Amino acid sequence: MDLGFDVVELEPPEHPTEGAQAPDFTRPLVNSEYWVDTALSALAPPVCLVFHPMDGAFPATYMWSELRDRGFGGLDATVVGLSISTPYAHTRFIEDNDLEETGFRLFSDPAAGVAREYGIAHDLGGMAGVTEPRPAVFVLDADLTVRHAWVAREHPEFPEYDALESALTAAVEA
Amino acid sequence: MSESAITLYRLQACPFCERVVTTLEEYGIDYESRFVEPLHSKRDAVKRVSGTRTVPVIVDEHTGVTMSESDNIVTYLENTYGEETPVAAGHEGGS
Repeated sequence: MDLGFDVVELEPPEHPTEGAQAPDFTRPLVNSEYWVDTALSALAPPVCLVFHPMDGAFPATYMWSELRDRGFGGLDATVVGLSISTPYAHTRFIEDNDLEETGFRLFSDPAAGVAREYGIAHDLGGMAGVTEPRPAVFVLDADLTVRHAWVAREHPEFPEYDALESALTAAVEA
Repeated sequence: MSESAITLYRLQACPFCERVVTTLEEYGIDYESRFVEPLHSKRDAVKRVSGTRTVPVIVDEHTGVTMSESDNIVTYLENTYGEETPVAAGHEGGS
């Protein structure tokens, strides 16, 4: 992104990297009809785990529209998101962004515990007391082994979609 | 988590749902909670399994029973899993 001025840089994250095992967690996982407590480790690999800003923020809309338009829903992979938004907000988000047919599901983590666990927590400026994950994507093989990781270094920053798609496609074919 | 034989469709803070939860926990029955939306029009999943949009609903794969109405459900759970009828106690070790 070239805006002609410097965007805010974030501290280097300390997230799980390729070859490491991603932390497991259990949170409500929302589909277009209901939500149910689900462990990350219970999802069928490969898993594409997308941390996104709270539902309603424009990067969330951009990120999920991009993944939808790239046809991630048609891959033989499990595509899930995670934000601090409530299950109710996730339900709206799935509906508003035409994600029902994609099979994408969204974890709800209002207290940002998962973001802290992954070393990607971000205290939002101007929103006192609100912490959320910074944008990040992980492609996980069986046993939550990290195949691909990307974490935002600037605010805002968007995932490297081509690299993500390549990694996920490779994981599907592996 | 998705391996529980009993699925409970519930609404957050719904006293009828909580009543069923209390009974499930009293008997130590393993179950999965699926939370749905307050608006009836958003409850297609419930309608699909039970024919109505009201909650609570339980789906019991042990017995093939799907049931609405907390009164009915509590009575069913008592009769099926209550201490005096240890019929389907094997919710973990089942066939």
